[in-house]
Amino acid sequence: MPNRLFLLVLLATCCTQIQAKEAAADNYKAYCVQCHGSDGKGGGVNVRDIAVVPRDHTDVKSMSGRSDETLFKAIKEGGASIDKSILMPPWDATLSDEEIKDMVQYLRVLCKCNFGS
Amino acid sequence: MKKTIFVILLGFSGAGFAGGGMLQNKCSTCHNIAGPATQTLKEAFEKKGPDLSYAGNKYRQGWLVSWLQKPQRIRPAGMYYGNHIKAGAKGDEVDVSTLKEHVALSKADATSVAAELMQLKPHDDLIAKEKIQSGTTSKQMGEMAFNKFLGCMACHLIEPGYGGLSGPEVYTAAKRLQPEYMASYIRSPQAWEPKSWMPNKHLSDANIQKMVNYLEVLSKETENAK
Repeated sequence: MPNRLFLLVLLATCCTQIQAKEAAADNYKAYCVQCHGSDGKGGGVNVRDIAVVPRDHTDVKSMSGRSDETLFKAIKEGGASIDKSILMPPWDATLSDEEIKDMVQYLRVLCKCNFGS
Repeated sequence: MKKTIFVILLGFSGAGFAGGGMLQNKCSTCHNIAGPATQTLKEAFEKKGPDLSYAGNKYRQGWLVSWLQKPQRIRPAGMYYGNHIKAGAKGDEVDVSTLKEHVALSKADATSVAAELMQLKPHDDLIAKEKIQSGTTSKQMGEMAFNKFLGCMACHLIEPGYGGLSGPEVYTAAKRLQPEYMASYIRSPQAWEPKSWMPNKHLSDANIQKMVNYLEVLSKETENAK
């Protein structure tokens, strides 16, 4: 039995190392900034020829109008999943659920707001 | 006699190492040659050039030979766009002054390096999964899908000066890349580069074929426009 426990711990340690979680700030810098901008206001390097202006993550009014669950869904499954633009892609193959949860909290820091506040 | 054989052997070994030396000593200062692909964002933010450890699965050899002699920028905002942006009037802009040109090689070096790169094929398994069918995608229909339905243009230029900037331009993609590689990368960017900026949009087989066909049409048009 202790041997089995040891194996489980070993397995958990090894898998955590393989799929190390990235910090939300780094994930934002890597994937979100290209469209949402380095200051999160929607003016990313890609927006010049883009049909729909990306969300301003510092906009309290629009960001407080979305629940954490809605933000999670939009990041994981893309804009179309919440009836928004297809230009917001699904990030489910890039980010783990845990990283997406962290990202939702990071967005709350950027907008300095909560749902309904 | 022994001395002559030694000199001849030395000559052969020197010739054999000429290409390898350049790839290992010069190219590897900016490119990952040995693999595996970048596994952490920290590494991804510091990348100076594309991963070449799977170059033989990715590039067309003829294109490599000519591009290495006359390199032209493929990624308008560099490898990690965040290292090459500045604040502009309407948001982030590419800071061209921070981008570096790729060194140009002689014809002999380009030929030798390209031949060596084509030997690097760790992902034959991914390539074997793709079967490319010649299609009849028109430029207009392809562009509509690429831009409006799939949203790829948000990050990629489809002609010089038109499209997104964080990804590589795609108007010469089919000249540069093997069709199976394009299909496989669209199917799963993370299978090639776990930290790719490109999301997996879960395209159907039909849409993957359509996009590869469109990129081929686009590259031919770019070539004809010259």
